[in-house]
Amino acid sequence: MDLVTPDLGLLFWTGLVFCLLLFVLTKFAWKPILNAVNTREQNITDALELAEKTKAEMQALKAENDQILKAARAERDQILKEAKEAANGMIEDAKGKAKDEAAKIVESARQNINSEKAAAMAEIKSHVANLSLEIAEKVVRHELSSDDKQKSLATQLAGEIKMN
Amino acid sequence: MKQFVHLTTSLHFVIFALFLLVSNVNVFAAEKEEFNVGEMIMHHIKDAHEWHIAGPEHGGTSIYLPIILHDNGFKVFSSKHFYHGKEIEVPGKDNITYTYMEGVGPAKGYGLYHEEIYKLDKIGTSNGFPVYVMKFQGEHPHNKSPLDLSITKNVASLFAGGLLIIMIMLGVARGYRKNGPVAPTGLAKFIEPLVMVIRDDIAKENIGHGKHHKYVPYLLTIFFFIWINNLLGLIPIFPGGANLTGNITITFFLALCTLIITLLSSNKNYWKHIFATPGVPIALMPIMIPIEIVGIFTKPFALMIRLFANISAGHIIILALISIIFINKNIAWGALSVPMALFISCLEMLVAVLQAYLFALLSALFIGAAVEESHH
Repeated sequence: MDLVTPDLGLLFWTGLVFCLLLFVLTKFAWKPILNAVNTREQNITDALELAEKTKAEMQALKAENDQILKAARAERDQILKEAKEAANGMIEDAKGKAKDEAAKIVESARQNINSEKAAAMAEIKSHVANLSLEIAEKVVRHELSSDDKQKSLATQLAGEIKMN
Repeated sequence: MKQFVHLTTSLHFVIFALFLLVSNVNVFAAEKEEFNVGEMIMHHIKDAHEWHIAGPEHGGTSIYLPIILHDNGFKVFSSKHFYHGKEIEVPGKDNITYTYMEGVGPAKGYGLYHEEIYKLDKIGTSNGFPVYVMKFQGEHPHNKSPLDLSITKNVASLFAGGLLIIMIMLGVARGYRKNGPVAPTGLAKFIEPLVMVIRDDIAKENIGHGKHHKYVPYLLTIFFFIWINNLLGLIPIFPGGANLTGNITITFFLALCTLIITLLSSNKNYWKHIFATPGVPIALMPIMIPIEIVGIFTKPFALMIRLFANISAGHIIILALISIIFINKNIAWGALSVPMALFISCLEMLVAVLQAYLFALLSALFIGAAVEESHH
């Protein structure tokens, strides 16, 4: 029966030791340990949060960079396009000017040709007239060698005049 | 860790073998005394005023612990004055004799019977010296007991255990104080996960968020107190081997602490569940209220009995298995009893931590029920 009967003396010592233990351990062991663990847990949480935040920031930065890059690319394309257009314009201009110049040259050449032609024609005409006169002189000399021939020619000429 | 367990089990085996040899020689040397298993086991399970280390019960090597009595002022003397006192036999009914030790020297006037100190009756003088006797009424002495605050075997073991816990925990805490909030080193690597289990899986889980903080130190203290003292009790030689956590006084005190903390923490909702359990018809109240009131006390009572019975049973089984050798008076039986005792000893190491965990867990559960807010 005394196996299950609490003993007063042991109860006193147990109470004393346990209360002392509870006090000493709480003050000098559990508090420092739990505080250190809590601080560490807080540090880890903070570090993780910071990492997450940094990651988000990095992402934002990357997006911004991408945006800038995209804008730069668009600008470059625009500049290239404009340069091409300017070059094309210049070429077109040059082409137009060349055409005009060519046309002018052609025109002046034509005018030259025409005037040369006219001069040549005039010369030819005067030649032809001289030749004709010579020929006519020769022909007339030959035709008028007899009276008959003079008469028929006169008739023929008269006839021709009438037809005109 | 695995290596550590291995080492511990081998160590257990060696210690058991030694224990076996030492005790064996003594038993065969003092063969005239009949070996009584039940008496031997009960003697070990119960508290004592001496710490028996080796050799026969009378005349072996013992540490005589101080006796402190409060009987018209404090009286302090060594228990040697009882164990080396006069052995008095008192004839009882049915041919049973009761044997008690009469104190000598400073213990004069006191008698020790079944490790309990009684104030003897003075019946006269002989040669000028007073003569004392213990009177029996049935199997119990009729005499009164003075208040016995002796440093018994259990008290000494309690001091050793407490000192060990303080040394371990202050060492661990010093590491944290020195290194700050960094990864644990040394022993803290082993202690910290346990502290975390108590804080997170026991306190936070059962008491509820925000409210558990102030109960964590208590739960940590009972867990380590029970666990380390359980383990000390499993070491078969001095300074271990006392059946401290298997003593009803210790478990009674621990359960009482849990009960007091539960009652001091209880809120309106807790008492409402006892005196006006929601959803119970009024007609059932005369039955329900007494049941609920009894329930307040049965919970810590179960804590007390569970720890006491588990640890005492462990000690009894190991001693009973070792006793097989002495019952048969043949060392060959050691081939059977030692492996079995080793197996139970390993099992008891698991029980040691399991019972400490259970005590802390159930305490947290009871406190949790007392601080729980109404859900309705």
